[in-house]
Amino acid sequence: MATTRSVSRTLWVSVRSMLILTLVLGVLFPAAILGIGQLAFPAQANGSMLQSPGHTGPVGSALLGQTFTRPDGTPDPAYFQPRPSAAGTGYDGTASSGSNLGPENPVLLKEIAARKAAYLAQNPGTIVVPPDALTASASGLDPDISVANALDQAPRVAKARSLDLAKVLALVHQQTTGRDLGFLGEERINVLELNIALSRLEN
Amino acid sequence: MWFFIAQVASLGLVLAVLYRPLGDYMARIYTTRKDLKVERGIYRLIGVDPASSQTWQAYARAVLGFSLVGVLLLYGLQRLQEWLPLALGLGPVAPGIAFNTAVSFVTNTNWQSYAGESTMGYLVQAAGLGVQNFASAAVGLAVAVTLIRALAARRAATLGNFWVDLIRGIVRLLLPLSIVAAVLLLASGVIQNFNEFTHITTLVGGTQSIPGGPVASQEAIKLLGTNGGGFFNVNSAHPFENPTPLSNLFECVLMLVIPFSLTRTFGVIVGNKKQGYTILAVMAGLFLISLTALTLLEYAGAGSGPQGAGAAMEGKEMRFGIGGSTLFGTSSTLTSTGAVNSMFDSFTALGGMLPLLNMMLGEVAPGGVGSGLYGMLVLAIITVFIAGLLVGRTPEYLGKKIGAREIKLVSLYLLITPTLILSFTALSFAIAPVRAEIESVSMLNPGPHGFSEVLYAFTSAANNNGSAFAGLSANTPWLNTTLGITMLLGRFLPMLMVLALAGALAAQDRIPVTAGTLPTHKPQFSVLLGSITLIVTALTFFPVLVLGPLAEGLR
Repeated sequence: MATTRSVSRTLWVSVRSMLILTLVLGVLFPAAILGIGQLAFPAQANGSMLQSPGHTGPVGSALLGQTFTRPDGTPDPAYFQPRPSAAGTGYDGTASSGSNLGPENPVLLKEIAARKAAYLAQNPGTIVVPPDALTASASGLDPDISVANALDQAPRVAKARSLDLAKVLALVHQQTTGRDLGFLGEERINVLELNIALSRLEN
Repeated sequence: MWFFIAQVASLGLVLAVLYRPLGDYMARIYTTRKDLKVERGIYRLIGVDPASSQTWQAYARAVLGFSLVGVLLLYGLQRLQEWLPLALGLGPVAPGIAFNTAVSFVTNTNWQSYAGESTMGYLVQAAGLGVQNFASAAVGLAVAVTLIRALAARRAATLGNFWVDLIRGIVRLLLPLSIVAAVLLLASGVIQNFNEFTHITTLVGGTQSIPGGPVASQEAIKLLGTNGGGFFNVNSAHPFENPTPLSNLFECVLMLVIPFSLTRTFGVIVGNKKQGYTILAVMAGLFLISLTALTLLEYAGAGSGPQGAGAAMEGKEMRFGIGGSTLFGTSSTLTSTGAVNSMFDSFTALGGMLPLLNMMLGEVAPGGVGSGLYGMLVLAIITVFIAGLLVGRTPEYLGKKIGAREIKLVSLYLLITPTLILSFTALSFAIAPVRAEIESVSMLNPGPHGFSEVLYAFTSAANNNGSAFAGLSANTPWLNTTLGITMLLGRFLPMLMVLALAGALAAQDRIPVTAGTLPTHKPQFSVLLGSITLIVTALTFFPVLVLGPLAEGLR
């Protein structure tokens, strides 16, 4: 067994090593992680799916945002609304995407203005529209909104559901996720979990 | 802001704790004479003698041969996808994308002119793209280690054995670390299944398709190997790739840990750890400067869009916020990873220039797995050369004379990526029909920002980073082809220069230190090296930056 002195021998060794690496790294490694995931972390490995009372199957993933619209496609005032999304027509799980619009792009400026107007119309008490409500996320599947955004929406949701506003506000605070370990990332509220908690509140 | 500082400090702390053990371990991997039993088995199967050592030419031939086979295999897998298991009903990948992607993953670039969830089935992802994530990282490490061993050698005709370096890097380093990383990612919420899209009824009675896939295994090596090719279109912004702020910090650790720790490996093998610390200091210094600049610019939120929205949150995820996005973005573009958790295209004009500048530095602070260290060592040699010219002495580095041959190789190394970036960017706008297609099909944003998208693409390809101003539709014949060529030349030409340089350095004896030797283990050298790195970049790229991000940001 010599070292690879000729080109043809080098290629032959390359082919053999690539096949072995494909078997080990491309088949056995993912399969092992699959086994560990399904045994030790089945909920996470399968997408952190959420159930809701009155629904037979899962209603979504705790990690992925979704739309809360009426059949005509307009936002349902009885649900907290997520951030704008550039994934497909909005929160399309098959087409994750940001808008990629540059900071001076006229299309972006128009969109921000339209979102601002719509937000103020839906949530009349708002003083400053939270930035996360005016901007599309990176993934188009952002599950979270800011606390300010949820607080601004609370009166509208309470009214649409004929609930006591204090109760809804209390729920918003209860559903707030703090920074990881106290200092990582941002305070946020998972919109799907909040809306599920809201339907529990009614029952 | 305090939260952000705490986040950076905790990242630094984790990296500092891992620095010595990992750096020492890597030094052992690449210098020990002992083979593991499993490695001996592999050597028998592939037919190499682990005890034999290769000249730089034979080593280079092995690197190129292995990579060529990787490109062909990956191209074939994509083209034959239809007939492979776990294809999710997806057809064969179109030839242009398949070529671009095969080159992209073999060169450790992981530029993606496709959207993962709608193009690649699970077998192509795992057995095709995933394997090259390991292989390309191990090749980078092997070449870097070869240069280190050459600096430590005396009158050596050979550099080591590529196949041994390759297999050891995978068996002893990348695979075990990837297993640990994948399990931790799983625990944080990253998925690992072979389910097709799950169609669910949402809370209000609509429908949504929840994606599946072997993501955790892919994610681990994607970051650890500074590859950066996302399983999904939006990469680490996708909650299934990067679910929490904690996973976000962990992913930053994965990107940075090997490139930073390699400076320790370097110090150990050349027999003077302080030599490694001066390199580390330059890398860490540049990293902190760049991170600070980007973070301040994004928090300031200049520009019409961010001003209108109240903050630069377009293209950023709520859970990471601005700080988690700039930390990840800097880690990803100063290593050659190119993964993203936010959309650089929507950053503020001057903020978006930072990832671009990071890549233009040549991916050296700390750079890609292996490639970052050899890039920085090349700059160190230029630095001793320039310092030597200033004081009129023969330049030397670690007891090796830097003569005409060495300087020629180093200069060529430094000219390759700028030439590729500037030529192809210029050609993209100079050839009339190409320009028409770029402007009507490829560019999403008008004006200087659109120009930045094209400049960014070639910078990313030439430096094997792979991130993008992702508004650019790169799936055109011109861009698929030229970016593919840029990735190939940007990866293998510099590698050849490094291997030839290693051959020349290994053949020399180590000359003793004299009063005239420029000390390269002291802070003075760090400052010199850092300055040279910045000056080389600034002089090369300033004019072209004026046309793009500076024109947009300084209106």
